[in-house]
Amino acid sequence: MSRKKALGAVASAAIASLTLAACSGGDGDGGGGDGGTLTIVANAIAGGKNEAEATWINEWVIPQFEQAMADEGQDVTVTFEAQGVDDEDYKTKIALDLQSGGGADIIGIDGIWVGEFAEAGYIAPLADVGGDAVTDWDGWEQIPDAVQNGLSFEDQLYGVPQGADGRVLYYNKELFAQAGLPEDWHPASWQDILDAGHALQSIDGVIPIQLNAGTAMGEATTMQGLLPMLVGTGAEVYTDGQWIGATDQLRQVLDLYRTIYVDEQLGDPILQQEADGRDSSFAQFADGQIGILLEGDYFWRSVIDPNDGTAPMDDRDEVVGYTLIPAETPGSGINGQDFVSMSGGTGRVLNPNSDNPELAWELLAFMNSEEAFDARAEYGGLNISPRTDVNEELLEGNEMLTFVSDEVLPITAYRPGLAAYPEVSVALQEATAAVVSGTSVDDALASYSQAVAGIVGEENVNNG
Amino acid sequence: MATAHARSSGRRSRRRPDDVAGLGRTGAGTFLVPALALIGLFLIFPALWTIYLGMTDYRLTGLAAADPQFIGLENYRQVLADAEFWRSLRLTLIFVLGSGVLGQTLLGFCVAWSLRRLPRLAKGLIETLVLAAWVVPTSVGSFLWLALLDRHEGTLNWLLDTPGTAWLIEYPMASIIIFNIWVGTAFSMLLFSSALGAVPPSQLESSRMAGASTWQQLRDVVIPNIRGHILTNTLLITLWTFNTFTPYLLTAGGPNGASEILPVYIYRTAIPGGQLGVGAAISLLMLLINLVIALVYMRIGREKKT
Repeated sequence: MSRKKALGAVASAAIASLTLAACSGGDGDGGGGDGGTLTIVANAIAGGKNEAEATWINEWVIPQFEQAMADEGQDVTVTFEAQGVDDEDYKTKIALDLQSGGGADIIGIDGIWVGEFAEAGYIAPLADVGGDAVTDWDGWEQIPDAVQNGLSFEDQLYGVPQGADGRVLYYNKELFAQAGLPEDWHPASWQDILDAGHALQSIDGVIPIQLNAGTAMGEATTMQGLLPMLVGTGAEVYTDGQWIGATDQLRQVLDLYRTIYVDEQLGDPILQQEADGRDSSFAQFADGQIGILLEGDYFWRSVIDPNDGTAPMDDRDEVVGYTLIPAETPGSGINGQDFVSMSGGTGRVLNPNSDNPELAWELLAFMNSEEAFDARAEYGGLNISPRTDVNEELLEGNEMLTFVSDEVLPITAYRPGLAAYPEVSVALQEATAAVVSGTSVDDALASYSQAVAGIVGEENVNNG
Repeated sequence: MATAHARSSGRRSRRRPDDVAGLGRTGAGTFLVPALALIGLFLIFPALWTIYLGMTDYRLTGLAAADPQFIGLENYRQVLADAEFWRSLRLTLIFVLGSGVLGQTLLGFCVAWSLRRLPRLAKGLIETLVLAAWVVPTSVGSFLWLALLDRHEGTLNWLLDTPGTAWLIEYPMASIIIFNIWVGTAFSMLLFSSALGAVPPSQLESSRMAGASTWQQLRDVVIPNIRGHILTNTLLITLWTFNTFTPYLLTAGGPNGASEILPVYIYRTAIPGGQLGVGAAISLLMLLINLVIALVYMRIGREKKT
């Protein structure tokens, strides 16, 4: 009998430990007590994606903050959970973290995810998590309302924005010279881009135009491909409570895709289907194999940056040119604009599950102080910051950021911060995927219209 | 099936005494409790939970994440009406048939058969090589294959002198089928090696003396002797291949879903797509298909015995 009991005890102990192991996911739960532990998660990693940000967090934020806390007599430990994956994978990771009630205390997110995360109850208005200290923070007066909107949903602010970005056309000046094109290039219409593409076609082994398409590139297809073209036709993805359906404008954009990838073979359709096509496009541009590429300022700062880019170009400043994205024809863009762009922005939110929300806010405020941004600028690759006081110094002498701030941001457009957007975005990606792989524009448009009706309801789709 | 099972177990209990070990009902029950608790916690509960989730509109983010609604069989209706599901199921069947049943089983058997007369050293060498593919972690293995099939600097393009051929885009299904054969053949080879060792040499001798050709020996001596092994092997490989997620590492289901086998389809629907409820519904359909496969094999196995 005693052996039986012993066996039973061992077995139930085993079950108990398994259950415990299953329950304590161990995701940066704060320690509690005086001081405590804080975790930061961001899609940034030493030796990979957004390396400068990762280095700044590791080398400046963590030691400086721990020191500042120690000076106040608090024993605080901060850890950085570095990630270096595709944005879609990163989003999935933090959504799963938050869904399971875990996750880091401070989470880097894309502004466009705020709506769906807030609706799910994964994140809460900043002041609800961080307390009165949030409202009293002196940093807010430096962050313009338009920038704060980037991390707001239904008039509530959910995090501290990290500034704005913009999209431009990058081109390789060496290839342009070879093709007899001007080094100082200013296309005024889609046709000008296609003409340059034809000229580049004469160079062997060069892909004239890379306009992101397909589902493998995820949001990069929508944001750095379809949407900037769409605003060039005067339409937006969401206007007056309706999502864009099979309208003439969307047809023109898909026609452009067909022209580039199928009819005139100015782009490489296979690249759009490869699982890591976007990284490939970066590598090929850096290698001088792509003539024209539509990308955000992120590409300049973090991809082809000579020092800590993921596809560094030593001669970036001499070889790579950038110019505004033209509307389909002059004046055909939204608001009658000649040139267009799309912008988004990232930010950092507090985790409502945090054990030390007030301490977490102190860290978040610290990361957004003027001195923190000054230090951040030292590490390179900084985008236009959310703070006016910082930008006044930062933009001086930084040609690219000044260009984005002065030329791109005034004409840019934003995605709707609605929970349905990510799904509509996937439907748009599928439409480009279909066109690029040879489906007719009519068929692609029809299945897109059907897909979007399935997402938001027939009555909310504008089929022109 | 259920009644057949009940009948056979009923027969067994009539033949045997009720309590061989003398534990008594309570004692035996106590021994079972830990195992049942584990099974309940990690098998039954998740399965029931999947059934429940499959009948909600639960999502990873958005309003339906905070407050999922019960929607009955709506997910199933949606999935069964979805052309993508049927394409995925078709691709899965091709994948299982091509890489599992035909590829791994046949190749495994051929390797085992041709190895049986080789000298020990050569046999050991070849077995180690085949086994290496099985031993290498699949993530590492898939990186090797990505390097092999790469469009720009891939080894295969260099060997065949076909620069610029994007194998994973142009031949996605063929690529993942060959990849999966490479990964899994070792198991069949090992299983058949030991099975062939168990074929009575006397029978083979006699058949040879009677002038049987290799094919006749295989058909009349070897296969009847290892039928059970073939069945077990095919069952295991079918289920494994049906459920494997590894091809995702090569093609991510692409291009445009051309290699989206069911596990990849579920993953893409449920996790990046955020539709956890629909994902659960497809998972349950997949579980049912698995059960059917297992039952069919078990029935064949039983017919063989009687």
